[in-house]
Amino acid sequence: MASASNLTKLRYRFIPDHVIGEILSKKWIDNAIPFLVLVCVVLVFGSLIPNFYSSSNLSITARQFGEFGLVGIAMMVVIVVGGIDLSVGSNFALGNFMMLALLNLGGWPVELAAPVVVLICGSVGLLNGFLIGYMRLRAFLTTLVTLIIVRAVVDMLLLQYAQAMSVSFYESPAWDLMGLGGFFGIPFSFVMLVIVAVIGHILLTRSRPGWRLMAIGGSRRSAHNIGLPVRRTVCAAYTISGMLCGLSGVLYAARLSGAGTDTGMGLEIAALTAAVLGGNSLGGGRGSIVKALIGALIVLLLTNGVLRLGLNSGSGPMVLGLTLIFAVFVDVKWLKNRDKLLSKVYVSPTIIELPKPVSTDPRDNTAFAINDRLNDVEIIGLGEVESPEDVILDEDDHLYCGTRHGDIVRFLAPDYQQSEVFAHIGGSPLGMSWDRERNLLVCVGGMGLYKIAPDRTVTKVTDETNRSTFSVVDDSRLRLADDLDIAPDGRVFFSEATVRYEMHDWPVDALESRGNGRIICYDPKTGKTHTAVRNLIFPNGICTSQDGQSILFAESWACRISRYYFDGPKAGRVEPVLDRLPGYPDNINRASDGTYWAAIMGMRSPALDVALRMPAFRKRMARRIAPDQWLYPNLNVGCVIRFNDKGEVLESLWDQHSANHPMITSMREHKGYLYLGGITNNRIGRIRLPGRDTSWSGYRNYWGQSS
Amino acid sequence: MDIGKAFRLLNQERIVFLLTVLLFVVFSLTLNNFLAAGNLLSLVRSVAVLGILGLGMLIVVLGRGIDLSLVATMAISVAWAMQLVSQGMPVYAAMTSGLLFALGIALITGILVAYAEIPPLFATLAMATFIYGFGRAHMITGTDVVYMPKDMGWIVELGQGHFLGLPMPIVVAAAMALVVFLFLKYTKLGAFIYAIGDNLPASRIGGISVRPMLALQYVISGGIAFVAGIITATSVEAMNTRVVNSNMIYDVILVVVLGGVGLSGGRGNVRNVIVGTLLIGVLMNGMTIMDVQYTIQNVIKSLILLLAIVVDSIVNPRDEQTGQQGDI
Repeated sequence: MASASNLTKLRYRFIPDHVIGEILSKKWIDNAIPFLVLVCVVLVFGSLIPNFYSSSNLSITARQFGEFGLVGIAMMVVIVVGGIDLSVGSNFALGNFMMLALLNLGGWPVELAAPVVVLICGSVGLLNGFLIGYMRLRAFLTTLVTLIIVRAVVDMLLLQYAQAMSVSFYESPAWDLMGLGGFFGIPFSFVMLVIVAVIGHILLTRSRPGWRLMAIGGSRRSAHNIGLPVRRTVCAAYTISGMLCGLSGVLYAARLSGAGTDTGMGLEIAALTAAVLGGNSLGGGRGSIVKALIGALIVLLLTNGVLRLGLNSGSGPMVLGLTLIFAVFVDVKWLKNRDKLLSKVYVSPTIIELPKPVSTDPRDNTAFAINDRLNDVEIIGLGEVESPEDVILDEDDHLYCGTRHGDIVRFLAPDYQQSEVFAHIGGSPLGMSWDRERNLLVCVGGMGLYKIAPDRTVTKVTDETNRSTFSVVDDSRLRLADDLDIAPDGRVFFSEATVRYEMHDWPVDALESRGNGRIICYDPKTGKTHTAVRNLIFPNGICTSQDGQSILFAESWACRISRYYFDGPKAGRVEPVLDRLPGYPDNINRASDGTYWAAIMGMRSPALDVALRMPAFRKRMARRIAPDQWLYPNLNVGCVIRFNDKGEVLESLWDQHSANHPMITSMREHKGYLYLGGITNNRIGRIRLPGRDTSWSGYRNYWGQSS
Repeated sequence: MDIGKAFRLLNQERIVFLLTVLLFVVFSLTLNNFLAAGNLLSLVRSVAVLGILGLGMLIVVLGRGIDLSLVATMAISVAWAMQLVSQGMPVYAAMTSGLLFALGIALITGILVAYAEIPPLFATLAMATFIYGFGRAHMITGTDVVYMPKDMGWIVELGQGHFLGLPMPIVVAAAMALVVFLFLKYTKLGAFIYAIGDNLPASRIGGISVRPMLALQYVISGGIAFVAGIITATSVEAMNTRVVNSNMIYDVILVVVLGGVGLSGGRGNVRNVIVGTLLIGVLMNGMTIMDVQYTIQNVIKSLILLLAIVVDSIVNPRDEQTGQQGDI
């Protein structure tokens, strides 16, 4: 077994299974299928068509792509908002004609004519937008109507002016630049496309109007109900679409300098094809500039390539039709099954070999021996608080705890009968600590690190850290800030239990038992947050050591407590302090005699310990059976232990009946009493510690008497 | 009845019907020969094919789909069948082949929509491109236009004959309309189509075999397209496959939605298609008599469609609360 186990260990150490799931959960993976199709198209036509990669062919393709890509974006913008614009082809033809007419017949300069044409086409879009956005007509029909009307108008104009236009010939440097030239060999229209695409991408993904567009496309009703200006935004989308068509028409005019009845004929179909092929969902809410461009490029290469191959008149459309059906089929299936696939592969347990636990049997005479010292816990606030993960007391002996409703509740000294909501944060407040200025710093699950001033104002301290260089998931956001403590110089060290799961998914992280967590440091002097230690296995409790040079932290699923030096000669090093714990350690806090308290939130079980050595088994479990039947860490029984800097466990406090205070995630010593919190409890416990310093308090121990 | 009540009774179908009547009266009063029996017959006859195609579109649209491959199916299947005849195949065999081709290709479309779950708008668009391309490349030799062979037998009568003094296209269109009407109204399958268009998940839960039903809709519309093609071809003694690239398919959509068939499915019946077709017929006939330019005819046609949907949206407003997601 030993060698096989070594092999397995190596396999789990060096093959990052979890990355597959993380890649699948990225948004850009949406583009995978369209991108693959694009690569195939390029490879196929590259091998079939001579000179496909020649610079002249690339330049011509880029110039055409500049025009068609703009129309593709125009179509995408309205599809994203939940509409459709069939008038792009006609509008394009209108732009083309107007540009030529203004130059050849009107004698306008290019610099003036181009913006005017864009505005004219924009006004067609505005008309669409008004009818669809404000009058709430159906997009398909409305733009069908504008398609026919604008086409008819162009035809009429052509009938009247085509003759005159074909005689005159406009020439100017600017016009030549647009039609034939470019910058550094890159065609002008392609440069325009890149500019529009970059601006569009930023607007769509990183600005309020773009988010509104996506929100309205995703769910028009919800967008309306939360008060977004649905009608105005829809109208704006169509106007932008019209303007982009106009711009594209201008570029087309510059390239070919000709207007005919078939200009832009069927372009709406090509653009629609491009949009859908790229992965923009008809119906709205899913789409991006990149998708539009990939789709447009595929369609352009396909149509051009089929033309260039010189097949007989029908083969082109046939190949096109077949490819499109196939590509969309794959895309639709991919979209539908991606989540299923993701849920199958995301959970990726790894191997972890826990050392044999210290015995808790009273006959073995260890410090962990089970006893009944917590039998007589006094109960505070029974039923008034829900899930007080951590408790803390101030200098006036008032007791604070968080609740899962997002409140910090304060029980008033001396009898703790009365309680009030001290502050409302939201989220789920977990670990707490006082800083020197008597602000209460709180780790809030799902939100980050928050500060409550003595006057009860709540401010966010930090909710992000530096992103790891090679992480696939965005680990800059804090998902599960858990416990914190403060160094003598004011730096705040806090643990983030896992970067892969949300708070309520902690059992899944336990199943993985991978080093998904980390310790993060916030420095109030610089206001910066950085990650101090990575790849910890559910780091949970944090406590600054008595000498102020290191922090002690508990790794719950690894059943150990370690020390991280942030100052002194060993700065930056991590050392083990305690392992072989019989249970899962949670919060750690200082004790009055220079030692430390640690809460053991649950006990190990032999079955789960064995399972931890069998990652494949756990993976099968996660895939095949319902979560309520998984092997879980047993969080029903726990205890409190006291240990010293050398890692010697001095005593443990148990409650075998688990009646008064069933579950413990934290404890706080204050003036001769030990106060207990538990995340699944609806109460706070307190027990008198005989023979301890009755004047000792945490705040004074940290920050001294004076301040 | 007060005006407000009357106003609320309006819906798109009634508005379009009133418009048709109004135009009819205006043209009768102002245009010479408009009311002549010959003109009226040619009016109806000119839109008969459009009406038949509209019936096919209706069946698909009722199930919340759309069939943009109608015209391509029509052109290629009939052109191929006629070519087979001129190559010496017996007429019945050739016609059966053409019909089977139309049905088969429609079945493929249906499978793509129902089983592969490709959005109908896109599946039929791509199929239209494919059918045209495949037909031109591998089925139809020679030019775009396939002329009708001399030995078509009685089938020619479908386009050129008369029945009780009525041109056969009108009779066929009327018969088709009746059949589709009966199908939708009195058969179980017809009711299923409405149910699916109204609420697909609920129909599925209710026990309707949704996917075969969806495929069936496209097959029916493919068959209807073949009939429309036969009438077109025998009327003008040729089938021009270039019709695929014209905006005829938009005209088909026009007559369907003009009459008030909801593109979101489940709403509409044969009456709506007839009303829409008649409006287009009256309009085009009147404008042709007035010698209005073709492009302007297009503009007027579409303005009337716009008018109809604007009035409809005012009378039956859609708003953000009731609007269906993905209903474009």
